[in-house]
Amino acid sequence: MERTTLDLWVGIFVVAGIAALVMLAMKVGNLSTYNVSETYQVHAYFTNIGGLKPKASIKSAGVLVGRVTGITLDTQRYEAKVTMSLDKRYQFPKDTFANILTSGLLGEQYIGLMPGGDEEMLKDGEQLKKTQSAVVLEDLIGKFLYNKAAEPAK
Amino acid sequence: MPIAKSFRAIGHRSVNAVWRIGLATRFFLLTLRYSGNGFRRFHLIIKELFSTGVMSLIIIVVAGLFVGMVLGLQGYETLKRYGSESALGVMVALGLVRELGPVVAALLFASRAGSAMTAEIGLMKATEQISAMEMMAVNPIARIVAPRFWAGVISMPLLAALFSAVGVFGGYFVGVVQIGVDEGSFWSQMQAAVDFREDILNGVIKSFVFGTAVTVIALFEGYDAPPTAEGVSGATTRTVVTSSLAILMLDFVLTAMMFGGK
Amino acid sequence: MSAQNLVEIRDLNFSYDRRPVLEGINMNFPRGKLVAIMGLSGCGKTTLLRHIGGSLKPTRGYVKVDGQVLHELDQEGLYAMRRKMGMLFQFGALFTDMSVYDNVAFQMREHTDLPEELIHDLVLMKLHAVGLRGTHNLMPSELSGGMARRVALARTVALDPMLIMYDEPFAGLDPISLTVVGDLIRRLNDALGATSVVVTHDVQESLKIVDYVYFMAHGVIVAEGTPDQIRASDRDFVRQFVHGEMDGPVPFHYPGGDYRQDLNLRA
Repeated sequence: MERTTLDLWVGIFVVAGIAALVMLAMKVGNLSTYNVSETYQVHAYFTNIGGLKPKASIKSAGVLVGRVTGITLDTQRYEAKVTMSLDKRYQFPKDTFANILTSGLLGEQYIGLMPGGDEEMLKDGEQLKKTQSAVVLEDLIGKFLYNKAAEPAK
Repeated sequence: MPIAKSFRAIGHRSVNAVWRIGLATRFFLLTLRYSGNGFRRFHLIIKELFSTGVMSLIIIVVAGLFVGMVLGLQGYETLKRYGSESALGVMVALGLVRELGPVVAALLFASRAGSAMTAEIGLMKATEQISAMEMMAVNPIARIVAPRFWAGVISMPLLAALFSAVGVFGGYFVGVVQIGVDEGSFWSQMQAAVDFREDILNGVIKSFVFGTAVTVIALFEGYDAPPTAEGVSGATTRTVVTSSLAILMLDFVLTAMMFGGK
Repeated sequence: MSAQNLVEIRDLNFSYDRRPVLEGINMNFPRGKLVAIMGLSGCGKTTLLRHIGGSLKPTRGYVKVDGQVLHELDQEGLYAMRRKMGMLFQFGALFTDMSVYDNVAFQMREHTDLPEELIHDLVLMKLHAVGLRGTHNLMPSELSGGMARRVALARTVALDPMLIMYDEPFAGLDPISLTVVGDLIRRLNDALGATSVVVTHDVQESLKIVDYVYFMAHGVIVAEGTPDQIRASDRDFVRQFVHGEMDGPVPFHYPGGDYRQDLNLRA
């Protein structure tokens, strides 16, 4: 085979392969949402995080604003300490409410932020005071059964 | 003594297997050592990229499309029962990027390009082309083996990426175009669930490892084949069998290392 | 060592799996001469040739080429030595994935920094010398057996080696190709001032062209001499070989048990 045709085909092959990789990264994966923009760190304590994992998304009004960067157990308080990195573009009031939510019935867990009314904004390294833990399905079922049992029989 | 005989047979086979693994490792290290020459003359690698990569394109693309379509169909049937058809994109994409892309592409690569490599090198040996090259003071590992090795190592991740990308479109075609899953949730849930580093990069690493394994096995079997017609055909069969098993075993090990520890 | 001999073999012994293949071989290959090694299939001729090429290491004794003992060289030394050697393999061993042109140009590109235009001229000259300049665009699979052998010959002498080895150059050729190849071997040897070793069992063709002959059987030299001496020899083995007689020191029957017993006949 002619050297130039060979080069052409190999060129097409390599470009197609790299294009496939880029397409996977941008269209299928979340590289496009990996914000290279600057972030700031905040943390919050939860009594129970349920199935929350590092890299879980943080949303406010359904918009992705950051990611969970670390989860540790604070042995002083025996509560889960969740550190999050939030996009610098999105500023939240000091009394913002952090809530562990589930996307769909069996979906992944994420943190929802509900802004409060404080004038001052959260700064890097500060703590979100108001939190609500994850809903644990077993507790819910337990409560439901307890209530059922307490109901007077018809 | 039939028992002693079968023990002896087992012993003989084990010793042989270990011996061959050692030889293959030495062969691999020699290939790395003599690779410098190949990079200085990159057109040798380009020529091999054509016969390994470009020639495998059609089988990879067609297989990827169908695997994606089957995933779309099966995934829909299963997810429908839980009312979460919108997660179809996640299922198709994760299945392809993490497992099926690297593994199936590598299996196809082993039977398409790997067997061809073994047969080619085995025939070169049988027709004394390799001896002739040695007599011309040209190291056959540097001139014949190393360019093919690097072509294989470069092609495999690209082929696996193509396989996954085409497969995602296959799943999209069946799921969204034909069955009518919501297009928006198909893509958005997929993007939310597929992590670039965790899933896509790990898939690329997998296919890189598989590419190395398949190419080394194929080249070694060819180089080590008895220089006869039966020798070459036997070596070609062994390439496909050994590299398929190696791919699946390595896949388990890599998956355990990447995703198992959490 | 005498400066007249390019290759000297002294007391060469070689065993494969403890089975002796060569025993106590002594040979001289004077510079500029064309020497044949003859013998039956499996007598160790090709093994001997591989020792001269440095692919095998002797169990005892040595092969000296141009004053250097081959098995004492490291890989670089051996490769440097091989650049001065050429070897024609039994069926040519042309690289099947390259054109005739690229085959002949192979060593020039690997071992020299010659510009491509010069290589082009050299390749065409080498091909012209074997009468196949017109084939340079063909692939080896498009050549006949005799043509492939001649192209391989052009490739062998591409870098003007001082020692040319031929492994069964006449095997499987038609009578015309046979004469052509034989004539080329002689002419190339004289034109290049090289020394040639021809391993063959084709007696008639080689006796026409060589200067000296060694006869081997079962790993030892059984006779040697100039072609005239060999033709005139009255030793049984040589006569049987030269004239192709069916029975003689080399028996028609492979050794076996008693024929009648094998057929279960009773005496």
